[in-house]
Amino acid sequence: MAALTEDEAAPIVRSHLARQTLVFAALLALFAVAFVVSLCVGRFSVPAGRALELIWLGATDPWRELTTIEERIVLLVRAPRVVLAALAGAGLALSGAALQGVFRNPLVSPDILGISQGAAFGGALGIMLGIWGFPLIAMVFISGIAAVILVGLIACVNGRSETITVILSGLVVSSMFSAVVSLLQFIADPNTSLPAIVYWLMGSFATATWERTLIAAPGLIIGGVLLWMLRFRLNILSLDEAEAQSLGARTNRERWLVFGLIAVIVGSQVAVSGIIGWIGIVIPHASRLLVGHDHRALLPASVVLGAGFMVIIDTLARTATAAEIPLGVITALVGAPIFAMLLRNHYRERNGS
Amino acid sequence: MIGLEDATVRFGSRTIIEALSFSVPAGRTLAVLGPNGRGKTTTLKAMLGFQQLDGGRRVAPDIVGYVPQTGTSNQRYRALDVVVMGRAAHLGIFGQPGPEDFGIARSALDRAGAARFADHYFDRLSGGERQLVLLARAIATGSQVLVLDEPAAALDLHNQERLLALLNTLRQPRDKAIVFTTHDPNHALSSADDALLMMPGGQTPLFGPVAETITPEHLESLYGVPMRVVELAGPSGETHRAVLPAFAGIRAA
Repeated sequence: MAALTEDEAAPIVRSHLARQTLVFAALLALFAVAFVVSLCVGRFSVPAGRALELIWLGATDPWRELTTIEERIVLLVRAPRVVLAALAGAGLALSGAALQGVFRNPLVSPDILGISQGAAFGGALGIMLGIWGFPLIAMVFISGIAAVILVGLIACVNGRSETITVILSGLVVSSMFSAVVSLLQFIADPNTSLPAIVYWLMGSFATATWERTLIAAPGLIIGGVLLWMLRFRLNILSLDEAEAQSLGARTNRERWLVFGLIAVIVGSQVAVSGIIGWIGIVIPHASRLLVGHDHRALLPASVVLGAGFMVIIDTLARTATAAEIPLGVITALVGAPIFAMLLRNHYRERNGS
Repeated sequence: MIGLEDATVRFGSRTIIEALSFSVPAGRTLAVLGPNGRGKTTTLKAMLGFQQLDGGRRVAPDIVGYVPQTGTSNQRYRALDVVVMGRAAHLGIFGQPGPEDFGIARSALDRAGAARFADHYFDRLSGGERQLVLLARAIATGSQVLVLDEPAAALDLHNQERLLALLNTLRQPRDKAIVFTTHDPNHALSSADDALLMMPGGQTPLFGPVAETITPEHLESLYGVPMRVVELAGPSGETHRAVLPAFAGIRAA
């Protein structure tokens, strides 16, 4: 390796910084464009200028009487939906990035902790029992968190848990809950509750209102901010157990703190918009390619890219065909090929170096 | 100061170390010597607190500067970012490293002779270069204790020489307790004050100053190979002691 002198090293730092700034600017621009386009397009299209003007009016005077149809569509139908999609996408991507760090495994997704399947059970049971609205949301959230606690109880042996045990316990809990969900679907009334359960399981922002957005926002934002504050600690936790401990991390306890925050984020998201796969695995990967592995850059990049990507996917879901396509279908159709590509690149690069 | 008092570690019915006591005060350097499988690594882990003790206790500060044989390399961090991780214990769980921490990290890289790798990716460095970066991270912890796991195991002769010279510069201010494990008694002769010999067959490990412990008789029973100590003239005329194994071999021709 060529030795670098101090004079040659400085430009590397500067170009590294310049590159990061450029990448973040591009990601923010992508998000902004996706956000505005999503407000404009749909069965009733609104010009971009008018949509921005309406958003400005809505933001400065939220209690104004909404009279015209375009006002009502942009401010009451599309805006809450886009905001919720952005928050959900950001939360899922952030959770995925953090989880892959603490597991030291780039192939895990937030589903691995059993949150989604636990939440699915709560949701399916709630729908079957005819529960709607806020009680249903609460029920989904609580059953998601309960699933993570169950994973923790199974994985903790003598007060500590190995990563592999956590992954396998998550698998066990997920399969248990998904079996019960299948059973619920089997006995659900095919005319009323079954379609509702199936549609809910595939994920959608179609039911988004400001009310639902505000219900999900605290969990997503508080969990997200705390994870972001842990960004340097995640670098430490991504090291081998012994190394992390020698640097002063109480790995077991801190890892469960991260799991807890992820449970709050994913639980909040699932409660209002059902199960949305793939975001938590594809977006952190793409972000790693763009800004590197350091969680101090990776987490914010995942947040912005996740939010933008989710808004784009949701816009496609509601505009591509006359009927709404379930989100889970599109994220899988878009996410799986991207993931396959990333996987191949990852191993090609690894073998090459 | 770091050490063990009466420490015992068992794996199932196998006793790995028994009633082991030694201590390394600030200003002294200990070399842990022995062939594979005698509990060198277990002793190190016990000292660092990674290994539960079945008896006795461990004496160590909260944070020990630990230099593993190979660092984690499935994540891609810049060497400087790896070194700044040494500051984690000072920053707490929600803390972020600031300019001051990066300053400490850079000067640690300097002391470890790895400043030129600061902006390189850690996982792209060679084994020896990584070790220097990990040593810098251990220095950046600010701990008065450094523990190195087989620091010379993966190095060629030239880099062994450089590593030993580096260890000696770290030793010189006599403000740190340093412990390293090694296969080669010559490393103990050149860079340690005390030696801990992991003797075979359940004998108590031998602990004492290098001059008393690194002798042909002790080394012969340690390695099971006849050993000779020779005096050699160094490059600038001073005499060095060196230990050589007198391998029997078989004349093939």
